[in-house]
This record gives sequence, C-alpha cells and structure tokens, in this order.
Amino acid sequence: MIRSFGVDEILFLLQSTGWTLVLTITASLLGGILALGVALARISTHSVAREIARVYIAIVQGVPVLMVLFLSFYGLAHAGLELPPIIAASIALSIYASAYLGDIWRGAIESVPRQQWEASASLALTRRQQYRYVILPQSVKIALPPTVGFLVQLVKNTSIVSIVSVVELTRAGQLINNVTFQPFKVFVAVAVIYLAICYPMSRASRRLEERFRVYRGG
Amino acid sequence: MAFELQFAPVVADAPILLHGFWLTIKLSVSAICLGGSIGLLAATARSMAPRRYQWPVDLYVELIRNTPFLVQLYIIFFGLPALGIRMSAEYAGLLAMTINLGAYTTEIFRAGIESIHRSQIEAGLSLALTRRQVFQHVVLKPAVARVWPSLVSQFILIMLASSVCSFISVEELSGAAALIQSDTFRSLEVYILVTVLYLLLALAFKIALSFLGRWLLPGAAGRARVTSGGKTGETPRS
Amino acid sequence: MSIVVVDNVRKSFAANEVLKGVSLTVERGQVVALVGRSGSGKSTLLRCLNGLEVIDGGRIEVAGHPMDYHPAKLRALRQDVGIVFQSFNLFPHLSVGENIMLAPGLVKGCARLEARKLAEQVLARIGLLEKIDAYPDSLSGGQQQRVAIARSLAMQPRVMLFDEVTSALDPELTEEVLAVVEQLARDGMTMLLVTHEMTFARRVADMTVFMNQGRIWESGESERIFRQPQTPEFRQFLSSTLK
Repeated sequence: MIRSFGVDEILFLLQSTGWTLVLTITASLLGGILALGVALARISTHSVAREIARVYIAIVQGVPVLMVLFLSFYGLAHAGLELPPIIAASIALSIYASAYLGDIWRGAIESVPRQQWEASASLALTRRQQYRYVILPQSVKIALPPTVGFLVQLVKNTSIVSIVSVVELTRAGQLINNVTFQPFKVFVAVAVIYLAICYPMSRASRRLEERFRVYRGG
Repeated sequence: MAFELQFAPVVADAPILLHGFWLTIKLSVSAICLGGSIGLLAATARSMAPRRYQWPVDLYVELIRNTPFLVQLYIIFFGLPALGIRMSAEYAGLLAMTINLGAYTTEIFRAGIESIHRSQIEAGLSLALTRRQVFQHVVLKPAVARVWPSLVSQFILIMLASSVCSFISVEELSGAAALIQSDTFRSLEVYILVTVLYLLLALAFKIALSFLGRWLLPGAAGRARVTSGGKTGETPRS
Repeated sequence: MSIVVVDNVRKSFAANEVLKGVSLTVERGQVVALVGRSGSGKSTLLRCLNGLEVIDGGRIEVAGHPMDYHPAKLRALRQDVGIVFQSFNLFPHLSVGENIMLAPGLVKGCARLEARKLAEQVLARIGLLEKIDAYPDSLSGGQQQRVAIARSLAMQPRVMLFDEVTSALDPELTEEVLAVVEQLARDGMTMLLVTHEMTFARRVADMTVFMNQGRIWESGESERIFRQPQTPEFRQFLSSTLK
C-alpha cells in the first residue's frame, strides 16, 4: 500500500527533527565539556598531556564520523554495555565534537596576543589567574564564530546516526520514502528542514566573524 | 569484561577490504579533481561577474553547505531516478561527492581571491593590464597558494565523507567493512582495522597533496604574504 | 601643448567633496611637487590622473589622451602614464625581474628575451641589477620601492606619478629612493610627485603646488614660493613641516 506524501508525513519529519536537535544539543554540551579539557591539555605545560591531546585530536579528525559511531557502538557492546542506540550515538557525536571543538578553542586561546600574557604575568598573576581573568575571556570572543560554524557541521552529521536506527530527521525521511515511494519530494523536504536550521546558524557565524574583525581593527 | 578480539576472520576477507580501499582512493581522487575544478571555475566566474549576477553561485554554495551530505546523496541516488535519471551507486556517490566538494572549494577559492589586497589590483591595472590579465597573473596564483592548506583539509574531508556512500551500498572501504561484518560478525575488529586504514589514507593524502601544492605553486605559497609593505600598506586619501 | 591638462576637476567621496575645482597644467619635462596636509586632496588628484579615481566634473588630458573611462582607452592612457605607490605594491609571487617583465610581455607583446633585456636595463638604471631574480620579500623597503619605480619605467611612460613614495619608508631608506627620483628628473622625465619631503621638492621640482581643502591654494616656481610664501596657510604649512 503506497501512502501519499502529505501533511501527516511532514509532521512526522518535523517530529523527528526534534531528535536531531536533541542529539545536537547533547553532543554540544557533553562534547563541549570534554573539549574544554582537550583544549587546556593541548596547551598545557605538561608535554605528556599535550601529546595525548594532540594525538586524540589527530585521530578523531582523521577518521570518518561513521567510524567514530561504529567504534563507539560496537565498542560499548563488546564491553558488555547494551545501551540504546541513541545513547551510543550521543556518545559518539560527543567524542567527535570534543576533538573538533577542542582544536578550535585551542586555536582561539593561542590567538590571544602574547602581550596579554606578558602584561598579566608582570602583575604577578598565577597561571590559573591569567587564564581565568585575562586569557580565556578574550579567547571566547575569538572562538565564537568557528564554534557556531562547527555546530552547523554537528547538525548535519547527526544524519549519520540514521544507520543505527535512531529516528532523527534523515532516518524519518528514509522511512517515509519506503512507504510513499516519492524520494525526490521526501528528501528535498528533509533538505529544506536542515536548511531552515543550518542557514541561520551559518549566517550568524559569518556575522560574528565580521563583527570580530572590526573590533580587532583588521 | 571479556575483551577478546579476534582479527583472524577479518584478515581472511582481506581482498574485499583491499578492493574497498582502492575504490575509496579512486572516488576521492576523482572527486577532488572534478570538485576542485568546479570550485575554481565557480569562484572565478563569481569574482568577475557584477554583483547582481553573483547569486547563482552563492545559492549553490549555501544549499550544499547547509544540508547533510547524506541527504544530498539520497536525493541523487533515489530522487533522480524518479525524474528519469538513473545511475549506478558508484556514479551517484561520485556525483554527490563532486557537487559537495565543488561548493566547499568555491567558498575557499572565493576567500582566497578576495584576500588579495586591492592595491595589488591597482598596481596591475596601472601597468595597463586588462582586468582579465590582472586576475590571471596577479590575483589567481597567489590566491590559490594562500588557500592551499584549506583546500588540502577539505580534500581530506571529502575522502572521509566517501564512507557515507556505503549507505547506498557502494563497496568502498566502509561498505567493505559492512560486508565483512555481516560475514564474520566480528564488528569491532573490522571497524578498528578500517579506522586505522582511514587514518593511513588521511595521512597519505595530506603528504601527497602538500607536495603537490609545493610542486604546482613553487615559492608562491611562502611569498603570498602581502608585499604591499612599508608602514601602512594602505594608499591614503589626501 | 601641455603634457598634463587638469581643467576645473571636481571629485567627491560620498558626501565629502575632496577636489573643488582644480586646474593645473604641466609641460613636458617639468617636475611638479604636490604638497599639502592630509585631506587636502593631493593624492586624490594624482590618482585621477591615471584613472584610478573617477572625476565628477571637469576635464583631464594626459600625454595626449583625453580622460575616457572606457577600459581600452584607460589602458592606452596607462601605457603612457606610470605610477609608483606609497606601499610599493610589488607582486609578491613574482621575482623582481618577473615583476618588471609582466606588463611589457602582456600589454606590449614583448618577447621574453627582449623583456628580460629591458628589465636588466631599468634595473641597472636604478642600481639593482643583481637582484633581478630575487623575490620582493627578500628586499628592503627602499629596494622594493626602487623596483616599483623600475617596473613603471619599463613601460616607457611619458609621465610618471609618485604618490608619497617615501612616506612608508624608514628614514635611512628614503635617501636611496629620492636619489633615483632625482636622477629620473634630471634625465628629463615629466613627473608629478605628491610628497612630504619639502627640501627635496624645493631642490628637484620646477614647480610646487600647495593644495588646501580641495583647491590649489598657491603654486609657482619652487624656489620662489618656498622663499616667499604668499598665503598664510602655506606659510603655516611650511613652518610646521620644516621644523
């Protein structure tokens, strides 16, 4: 029995978009917390921590998201943890996010001009105080545009978890296509919904970057 | 926690893996050549066009960059046949990768072109060069040299994205992994192995592409710092 | 027939009128210094002479070319009018020799061998022949600026425009550039220089033009007007720059 692609189907797509957003937000929060650790490790004075962070970032950035997903999924299963697919997917996306965000934030911290370090050190601040009161606040502004840019990537990459049967937007599209046999309409509708989410974020990222460049007087 | 890993059954299926590895390379290299060319052409066309006619390229870039590659792939593989255009999964994958990479490289080239300081163009024009000559000799070469590292990153990303083609049963590296997994049930082992192979591929691509950059654009990369120098670098209005 | 004719030229940037009706003639072989404060319009006037700025009113004719913003006409004009910029604007991805040979090759269809010889000639003229295969980033500011002059010279212009060519240089490097400019003047090149170097202007320029608030405020034979400034504004300008 073939259904037609109508309002019900579109509503189903929109519902599933909710899961897309849940995955994105979870991965951003979890990944963000991890990323902070990764970034600080990457610039730490301890060479071991620096190396571990560097290798971690290099590995995650050098493999497809699909692999991160499967390794998490099957790795957890092998370790005896039978988690629902959406949890495994969230963990995988968090790992993916932590590496990319960690790299972005490291770059932002390193972009804070050297003179800021020198000035704060001259005032006898400890390293922790320098970070907390002088360096990190300034690096947040620098980090904002690429972070928002990455969040767009994250939203798009949630589509990958459709392979482990998490019913986010792309999987919903597949399911609907299987009963309506209208692939063009269905997937274009799916694309439009992604556009509606991602395009505003992309623009925001560009605006932030422009505004920041004006501040720096560049 | 029983943490036994058995790689032997996986290794027995090595030919499938090798075939997949090779297919990944073929797809990626083809997509890089085609997608890179599209990017260069689109960015050039956009730069030379008056502002009113820049929107088609901008539309293309925004559409691709704000939708998932997987959805683009589905539209091409499942959607196009509904409009009468049929193709094999491999070609659909290649087409999707090319169109996707094309949009990203357009953006990268555009940024490179726009980063060439106006004073360089003025200098070229003041020497009585035509706009086209200025573009070709003064803008394009240093622009490409300047963005080469970004291009390399993007090329590696599309190689990694080829894994998504396994979703439509293309037997590239990830597709091969799926096959072996269903055959041997040694899921974790397969994916560990394949992950390592991807890492090696990413490294190999990075090295090869960096060399290519140095060979194609000798000296230009390091020199693409602006030598419109002195203290101000800006022509004052006085 | 004057080689440069500026007739009641007006130019505005948005709401700001930068040139308020400027008229000037320059004869062949003359060296003219354009001086004045920032914002007086002197660089804008110079840039109008090779079409980098579009005038809003008046008439310009340079080296027999009436100013016509049609691309082909502009290019024809630019073959006869060379310009050297404050920020040199050398092409960083090309060697010194290639910088110089580019335009003759592309615009005049010069064969490579011929172009190379031309490059060697102009480089020898400014004393940097040994740098012909070096890249701009290995040269000092003064050397880069001299190469920029050579690049312009290679097109064999009939008029050369110099837009504050030493303002971006450290004082020690200014001398070598001014020496080249002076040599060109002695060789008979028609030149217009926007400059802050008052002593140089007084010594090398036949005529000095003082611009103020978008108009020519005072002009005349260099030695005379420097010795006897007529207007209070020019007097004040001289005293503040010749400290």
